[in-house]
Formats: sequence, C-alpha cells, structure tokens
Amino acid sequence: MGRGFLAMLGRDLRLAYRQGSDVVLALAFFIIAASLFPLGVGPDPQVLAGLAAGVIWVLALLSVMLSLDRLFQSDYDDGALELMALSPVPMTVLVLAKSLAHWLTTGVPLLVLAPVIGVLLNMPADGYLPMIVGLAIGTPTLSLIGAIGAALVLGARRANLLTALLVLPLYIPVLIFGVTAVDAALAGLPVRPHLLLMAAILAAALPLAPWAAAAAIRTSFQ
Amino acid sequence: MHRFANPTRFLKIANAVLPFATGGFVILLGLGLYYSLFNSPSDYQQGDTVRIMYIHVPAAYLAVMIYGVIAGSSLSLLIWKHPLAELIARASAPVGLIFTFLCLATGSLWGKPMWGTWWVWDARLTSMLILLFLYAGYIALSNAFDEPGRGNKPAAILALVGVVNLPIIKFSVDWWNTLHQPASIIRMDGPTIASEMLTPLFLMLGAFTCFYLMLLVIRLRSEIAASKLRIAMMAGSGAAGAGSEFERAGG
Repeated sequence: MGRGFLAMLGRDLRLAYRQGSDVVLALAFFIIAASLFPLGVGPDPQVLAGLAAGVIWVLALLSVMLSLDRLFQSDYDDGALELMALSPVPMTVLVLAKSLAHWLTTGVPLLVLAPVIGVLLNMPADGYLPMIVGLAIGTPTLSLIGAIGAALVLGARRANLLTALLVLPLYIPVLIFGVTAVDAALAGLPVRPHLLLMAAILAAALPLAPWAAAAAIRTSFQ
Repeated sequence: MHRFANPTRFLKIANAVLPFATGGFVILLGLGLYYSLFNSPSDYQQGDTVRIMYIHVPAAYLAVMIYGVIAGSSLSLLIWKHPLAELIARASAPVGLIFTFLCLATGSLWGKPMWGTWWVWDARLTSMLILLFLYAGYIALSNAFDEPGRGNKPAAILALVGVVNLPIIKFSVDWWNTLHQPASIIRMDGPTIASEMLTPLFLMLGAFTCFYLMLLVIRLRSEIAASKLRIAMMAGSGAAGAGSEFERAGG
C-alpha cells in the first residue's frame, strides 16, 4: 500500500513536470487576477492594504479550483482511472496520493507567490506570517476537498463550471478562517485559534475527503 | 422498507396520504394565520414586526429539515440502493432550495426594520447562504449528466459531504458572536418564547410541514410518471416501426 501510494505520487509529479504549462497556468492566473484588483479599486495603498489578505485568499481558492480538472479528468478519459480502481491498492490511498501531488504542484507554488502578491497589494508586515502559515495549512485542505468535487463531475456536462459550483461553498470555511487569522494578527489578537481550526478542518479532510472522492469515482464507472 | 420500493404500492400509500396532508395544511395554515396575525401579542420591543417570525422560522426549519431528508435519502440510496430514495431526494431538493431562499428573504425583510440592515455576514446568515449554494449544487449535479439516472449517486455523495453544514447552522448562534437571535426553542433549558407566541409558531410549523408533505407526494407522483414515460418511450421507439404501420393499416 505504501509502495502504491509512492508510485502514484511519483507518476502524477512526473506528469505535472512534463506538462509544465498546466501547472504554470494556474499560477499565471493567480498573478494576473491579483493585478486586476489595484486596477479595479484604485492604487490607494490604504484601500489595497485592507483588501490584501482577502484578495490573496480568494484568488488562491480560485486558482486551486481552476486546476482541479488535472486531477482525474484525463485519467478518466483514457481509461487509466478504471485500471487504478482494479489495482490492489485501495482507491482512497490513490486519491490521497493524487491530492498530495496536486498540492505539491499547485498549492506550494501559491505559497511562494503569495508574499510577492502581498507586496503588490501593500499588505501590512504583520500579516505575512499568518497568511503563509494559513495558506500552508489551508491549501492541502483545498486540494482534498477539490478532489471530491473533481471526482463528482466525471462524465458530466460543463464539468469545469459545475466543479466551481460544488466546491466553492465547501471552501468557504477555510477561506473564512484563513482571512480572520490575518485580520487577527493585524489587530494584535491571538492567531493560534484560527490556525488550529484550519488544522482541524485539514485533519478531518485527510481521511474523509479521499473516501468520498473514491466513492464518487466508483459511481462514475457505471 | 423495501416493501415500499414497488412504485404501484407506494403510489397507493402516497395517494392515501395526500388528502390528509392537504387537509392538514389548509386547516393548520388557517388556524396558524389567525393566531399569528390576530390572536397573539405583539412584541414589547419589536411591535407587530415580530409577526414575520411566524413565516421566517417555519421556512428556516423546513430548509434545514428538507436537507436532512435529502441526506437521509442519500444514505439510504448509497447503502441499501433503495429505489425510492433517489426519487424522494430529487423531488425534495427544489422545495428545499425555495424555502432556504424564502428564509433568507423574509429574514432580510425582518432585519431591515429591526437591525437596520438588509444583510450582515454573521455565522447564521452565512451558513444559511452556504446551504442555499449546497442545494443549488445538488440540483445542478443531479441534472448534469446526459443519462437520466446517472446523476443521482454523485448528488447523494455531495449531499452527505454537505451535511456537516447542518450542525454548523444550528449551533452557529451559540459558537459565534452573531447579530442573529440565539436559540430560543430547542435548548437544554426548554423554550424561552412565551406560550402565546409558541402556539401560532407551532401551528405554522405544522402547516409548513404538511405543505412539504403535500408537495412531496405530488412531485413523487410526477417523478414516477416521468420514469414510466421514459421506459415506455425507450420500449416504444424500438417497436415504433412495426406498431405504427399496424395502426396505419388498421385505420
């Protein structure tokens, strides 16, 4: 089971590396969309500073969501997903490996880019650490919950738009705690409770999300 | 439980239930409206505006209860593959969506005179908004596939994933600092509402529940009829060539 997990992880990482443009597209979206906000609300530094944490978090959500079709769609289309389901490795383990690969190729680059966007949006200095730690805890959760959404829409019409409708309401708690963590830091209040709650959501998502996604994948085979 | 899976037997029971549900709805609604509009006191603080509560609270209760019904049906579908479960869930989802929207709308109309604002992003309102999105996602997913019954199982999984929202809605007013009123009916120490207001509230809750049952029976009948029609069309299109020729030849 461990070897199966590592094999799946290695496969997805290698595929992401070879199709590098897929990964870079999500990050390019993150940067370009973030640049739209100063153009939209005006360059006033005070206004941007108030928006910065929220904008970065919402765009992180959207970037992760836009890259979700990489998870299962191409494997579903060429039949590889059925072969994976037939293998002796449990589907939940394979989904966990795929989610980890997705996080490593989408969430971690977002973690690196977020402070850069923070500088662009004039985020106050106290906000950087809670934002990065929050994103570090939150983006794996986004990949896991996103795996559920990506698995549910296999074979559906307008799968991309449908994924957005399904997954964004489930992302809202992570968004709320991530942003309030930064706001708490800027107000001098304790940040730990917010980060602990996000860690709790991650702890719940780690076993449950692959289970739900595996069930969804199995229903897509009929 | 699987005895009722036979559509004909289930329809007999549903048709028997319908007059009671309709009658109950009409009677309870009449009594409830009389009590809430005329025979109950106005609030010492809110005046007569408190009477929106007699629509807002039943709508909210129905929104959450219907999601619970959908979650229960989804569990039944996934574990026991009960054929009625998917019909009940599909039939209930739009009703729940509308009642969630009504809850938010009446709450908004109540909030403007009382709180001074149409909307506030506190825990209770936000979690009800998330419930609205979950209903919309459920309906979208169950209708997103070209094959007719294909969307029921994914939608069932989605419903069960979203069921975590229900305790959040219930306890949001206790866990967070909210503008919304804290729990006053289902509490450890019992209800805190005066009995003169509790009576019309329970009458309206009963009326709304009978309304849901009435709608559920009507929609279930149409879902069963629709699936029979689909089967007939699929069988008929195979024999259509021979059958229509016979009819044309016969007259």
